[in-house]
Amino acid sequence: MSRLLEVKNLAVSFKTYGGEVQAVRGVNFHLNKGETLAIVGESGSGKSVTSQTIMRLIPMPPGRIKSGEMLFDGIDLAKKTDKEMEAIRGKDIGMIFQDPMTSLNPTMKVGAQIGEVVIKHSKVSKAEAKKRAVELLTLVGIPFPEQRVNQYPHEFSGGMRQRVVIAMALASNPKLLIADEPTTALDVTIQAQILELMKDIQKKTDTSIIFITHDLGVVANVADRVAVMYAGQIVEMGTVDEVFYDPKHPYTWGLLASMPSLDNEAEEELAAIPGTPPDLTNPPKGDAFAARNPYAMKIDFEQEPPMFKISDTHYAKTWLLHPDAPKVEPPASVQRRMRKVDNVYRTPVLVAKDGE
Amino acid sequence: MTDKLLEIKGLKQHFFTSKGTIKAVDGLTFDIFRGETLGLVGESGCGKSTTGRTIIRLYDATSGEVLFNGENVHGRKSRSELKKFNRKMQMIFQDPYASLNPRMTVADIIAEGIDIHGLAKTRKERMTKVHELLETVGLNKEHANRYPHEFSGGQRQRIGIARALAVEPDFIIADEPISALDVSIQAQVVNLMKKLQRERGLTYLFIAHDLSMVKYISDRIGVMYRGKIVELAPSDELYRNPVHPYTKALLSAIPLPDPDSEKTRQRKIYDPSIHDYNGEEPELREVSPGHYVSCSQAEFATYTT
Repeated sequence: MSRLLEVKNLAVSFKTYGGEVQAVRGVNFHLNKGETLAIVGESGSGKSVTSQTIMRLIPMPPGRIKSGEMLFDGIDLAKKTDKEMEAIRGKDIGMIFQDPMTSLNPTMKVGAQIGEVVIKHSKVSKAEAKKRAVELLTLVGIPFPEQRVNQYPHEFSGGMRQRVVIAMALASNPKLLIADEPTTALDVTIQAQILELMKDIQKKTDTSIIFITHDLGVVANVADRVAVMYAGQIVEMGTVDEVFYDPKHPYTWGLLASMPSLDNEAEEELAAIPGTPPDLTNPPKGDAFAARNPYAMKIDFEQEPPMFKISDTHYAKTWLLHPDAPKVEPPASVQRRMRKVDNVYRTPVLVAKDGE
Repeated sequence: MTDKLLEIKGLKQHFFTSKGTIKAVDGLTFDIFRGETLGLVGESGCGKSTTGRTIIRLYDATSGEVLFNGENVHGRKSRSELKKFNRKMQMIFQDPYASLNPRMTVADIIAEGIDIHGLAKTRKERMTKVHELLETVGLNKEHANRYPHEFSGGQRQRIGIARALAVEPDFIIADEPISALDVSIQAQVVNLMKKLQRERGLTYLFIAHDLSMVKYISDRIGVMYRGKIVELAPSDELYRNPVHPYTKALLSAIPLPDPDSEKTRQRKIYDPSIHDYNGEEPELREVSPGHYVSCSQAEFATYTT
């Protein structure tokens, strides 16, 4: 499988009155052609900043890429000028935002907004652009596209608006689609429709998708691979089966245990993760999760854990995988979901400092 | 559980706008038993929040009755009668950022109800109560003199809960209390609400769209669709044997954190036109003990066989 995107040691900071906020602290991942990578984490974990940095949508200043490369088809996006990015943004990389109302212009007809993208990236006439807009509305499953192109965003429902936003993102056949919580503002039935639509379009166009969400149910539905972020770092990454059926990081355990399962009859208390995420103006020494981690050891407060490799595709950043670490049992509700996953190494392998 | 704390009878809430009448809540009849949690689910616009707000009389009902301990909440009321209801019923709101006054200290926010109802005789007693409440919800005394902006979302929601508890209510309406919070924090707040219920015998009306959390916290669940309850049943029963096609569609749309079940998921789509009511007004009928479904006579016959 060929790699479309490769992010290496990315670090992004923001200058504020309170000091420098280290929003992303050394992130490594890659994305293959035609696959979906889900990035999960709570608010402030750096998942949105990571994706917006790839799009170069972070205002600089106050933001700054402190280090790292973002190789998109072999070209480093971090080194592009704003002018050069304009040719890539919207053409090779499309983006879908959370709130479809604020990502559409309320004073422009939907067809004109989609056409704008088409005209910007390929030299076509207005009439042709409109024809393409109708095609795109058909693709995203909007009924009566010929009439709908002449309507304004307020005439669409939330789910239909999000379809328009998706149509806009797809207007120039992007190789990469970044979807930042695209279904969070929608009802479950509409969410299910949008997720089906995105998977369907991916099958047809072979687009790669980075899907950012905090909903583990959505992740299980759309993702091929999953990256779990905490305090600006990826703490666990693997195929969707590895992360859901053989999770290794105590934060991933915490996330999975804090969700009630529908078929869970037992009246047991939810295993909430205590406390709140750390302040990233002054990231804690050692493991950032240590203060909330019931499994924390002395070393977690002193030294940052390295990445361990559990299989060819599965990584976790926790000292628990070190050969000297004591054996621990994950929470009961996580143990129930555990099962044997193929191709696991006999013992975890320490990865050199650079992650992948 | 036969002790009815709240009886809602034919409750309607219509809004009159220039574009016509919006029937947000259109004839609800159900009971809430003392000490239980009744979950109310449905999609946005189905009227679940309006129901909560009408029960607590933030809106005046268009018609229908809400009986709290046998007394009607709506209708003409003297100030002291209203105060009595306001003390017994409290509300927790969705957005912990918008529901706390940014210019008041946490102590004043929590003590506002105590002051209004004269529940503390001295300043010292007032502060003792505030400190107790803060500890009950998992914050500490030192937080009393701070302002809302100094807290995270989860902590703010705890302040909102402390404010609701301050007047020692019997009944709390929680309108999407966890929707604005992160997953790890949601569990904290839900655990806290369950603990308070055990300790104080509270009754909850829990309004939400996150069905898995609703199932976890509720004893019974009502499913709303277009201003009406289409199905009402004990939580486990509703998930195991949903009867109304809308409930089935809603349940089939929830993504579960399990990749295998997601791969094989069959989503059902609800089409309101499948009902052939023939002019007959559907009613809530009991298909099995405690399990009510909105249906016509003919549908009722097929549901019970």
